[in-house]
Amino acid sequence: MNAGTAAAGAKPTTPRVEKPEAGPLREVWLRFLERPSAVVGLAFVVALVAIAALADVIAPYDPFATDWGAVRSPPSLEHPFGTDEVGRDLLARIIHGARASLAAGLTSVALAVVLGLPLGLLAGYAGGIVDGAIMRLTDALLAIPFLILAIALAAFLGPSLTNAMVAIGLSATSIFVRLSRAQVLAIKAEEFIEAARAVGNPPWRIALRHILPNIVPAILVQATLTIAAAIIAEASLSFLGLGQQPPAPSWGSMLNVAKNFLDQAPWMAIWPGVSIFVAVLSFNLLGDGLRDALDPRQRR
Amino acid sequence: MLRFLARRLAIAVPTLVIASMIIFALQQLLPGDTATALSGEERDPEVIAFIREKYHLDRPLPVRYVLWAKGVLQGDLGESIRLQKPVLDLVAEKLPVTLQLACMAMLIALIIGVPMGVLSAVKQGQTADYVANGIALWGLSIPNFWLGIMMILFFSVYLGWLPASGYVPPSESLIENLKAMIMPAFVLGNAIAAVMMRHTRAAMLQVLQSDYVRTARAKGVAPLAVILRHCLRNAAVPIITLGALEFGQLLSGAVLTEQIFSVPGFGKLMVDAVFNRDYATVQGVVICTATTYIVLNLMADVAYFLVNPKLRRA
Repeated sequence: MNAGTAAAGAKPTTPRVEKPEAGPLREVWLRFLERPSAVVGLAFVVALVAIAALADVIAPYDPFATDWGAVRSPPSLEHPFGTDEVGRDLLARIIHGARASLAAGLTSVALAVVLGLPLGLLAGYAGGIVDGAIMRLTDALLAIPFLILAIALAAFLGPSLTNAMVAIGLSATSIFVRLSRAQVLAIKAEEFIEAARAVGNPPWRIALRHILPNIVPAILVQATLTIAAAIIAEASLSFLGLGQQPPAPSWGSMLNVAKNFLDQAPWMAIWPGVSIFVAVLSFNLLGDGLRDALDPRQRR
Repeated sequence: MLRFLARRLAIAVPTLVIASMIIFALQQLLPGDTATALSGEERDPEVIAFIREKYHLDRPLPVRYVLWAKGVLQGDLGESIRLQKPVLDLVAEKLPVTLQLACMAMLIALIIGVPMGVLSAVKQGQTADYVANGIALWGLSIPNFWLGIMMILFFSVYLGWLPASGYVPPSESLIENLKAMIMPAFVLGNAIAAVMMRHTRAAMLQVLQSDYVRTARAKGVAPLAVILRHCLRNAAVPIITLGALEFGQLLSGAVLTEQIFSVPGFGKLMVDAVFNRDYATVQGVVICTATTYIVLNLMADVAYFLVNPKLRRA
């Protein structure tokens, strides 16, 4: 997940002439709407949030209610997605599982941004020894692969959804340190920063008022794409038994159980996987769309 | 060359030291008394005493780190409490399995990713480009452990062609070994293939616009020869470097893939260790991973330097 990957995904779009009265935000929105895949991504993300928020209302059954008379029953009118090994309705569990996935995705990335952005700003703006120290720390964190670091953290912290979120967030922090530092370095060289300095603005005000707003778009794009990665990471940790603990529903832990019943109840493995796939794909599409809309320079 | 190497080493060495500090500090996250927690489930007082002694838990933290790091440098990654074996032996035993898996996965990623990237760059904006991009997006979005489960469902449960699990060492039967490894390798290579495709496409697009390609075309060089000889050769440099960078992704993926297909490698060792509360083994695996990653990156930098004459002259 680096700038190269991000740039490579950009698709060519024909430039369009804007009406002069269109504000910058409106312009971004119009550019966003030009990409059907981005709109689809946004729609799915909104739907996902709605499903998670309204889980209690729309789920057809209690996700914890076992039914020993309907153990591992295939999809039917009564149970559209079928039931699991103790007769719980899979559709209800998938709907409630969206909460764990979204919570993990959003919380961990929020944590990564909150930690990474100030560090990156500081490194890029201060330079020198501060920069060196922060970058070595970031390199060291990047040297430990994302999931391996998350597993190790989850192992030492103890398995729970909260700890999984902390682990994923800490593992993703280095991405944002690097990105915001690189952005700061690029913007620092621009003339308006020099102008701001020349009129006597203190460094902290230049960093917060002049540099920060300019790096927000890049951070936003990366955050959206990182949510996708974080959702996979949460599912992976839960799959390994290091995330959401049973009986609470999570797509990853549902897959973990399902793999033991593949020959008798394949539907148990299909729905959680499809859900993860759709959630991840939506955030990836949204992220790609945001990048094209927010940063026209990256388009070819 | 020497100056370049020295500068790279000046970055790599502190990085490794800080990584080792982070890995060492993981111990501090354990709730309660460290020695009791490290001793695992049994809480045997003898074991606890041994651990207190072994990790110098009565000494201050920085001293403990130095003593631990000294041991690591001499190849002492600690002792697996659970398996009663030195961690280094465990790692050495499992590493070849994961290396085989990783190499097969990388090969699959190259075979799929590079031609797809070339094709989509050459046919930019056409149907083939969109299809290739779609496949790449699918490869990036599908959780690889789910892909593994679906492949088991199809090839093992439904068709019965390939074993769902059961690793056979290549020394015993190469055919059986490959049969057991092909699905995990494909699952692992799938996501890398998508990244490869995107990078190949980007690199190729850049080269395709360059002057010498236009010259070659104007001279009447066959289109395929232009693509293969003039473009791909130059685009290959960033692709090769990417291989080293994707190694981390490969190891992360291996943890899950090995778990699904019960491949007794590095990743399975780590996950089993997590559940056995075998913390020394977890630390050992992580430190080996980080070291390999840093060394591979260093090698990639050097390789990049060697193949790029512009850098050499500077």
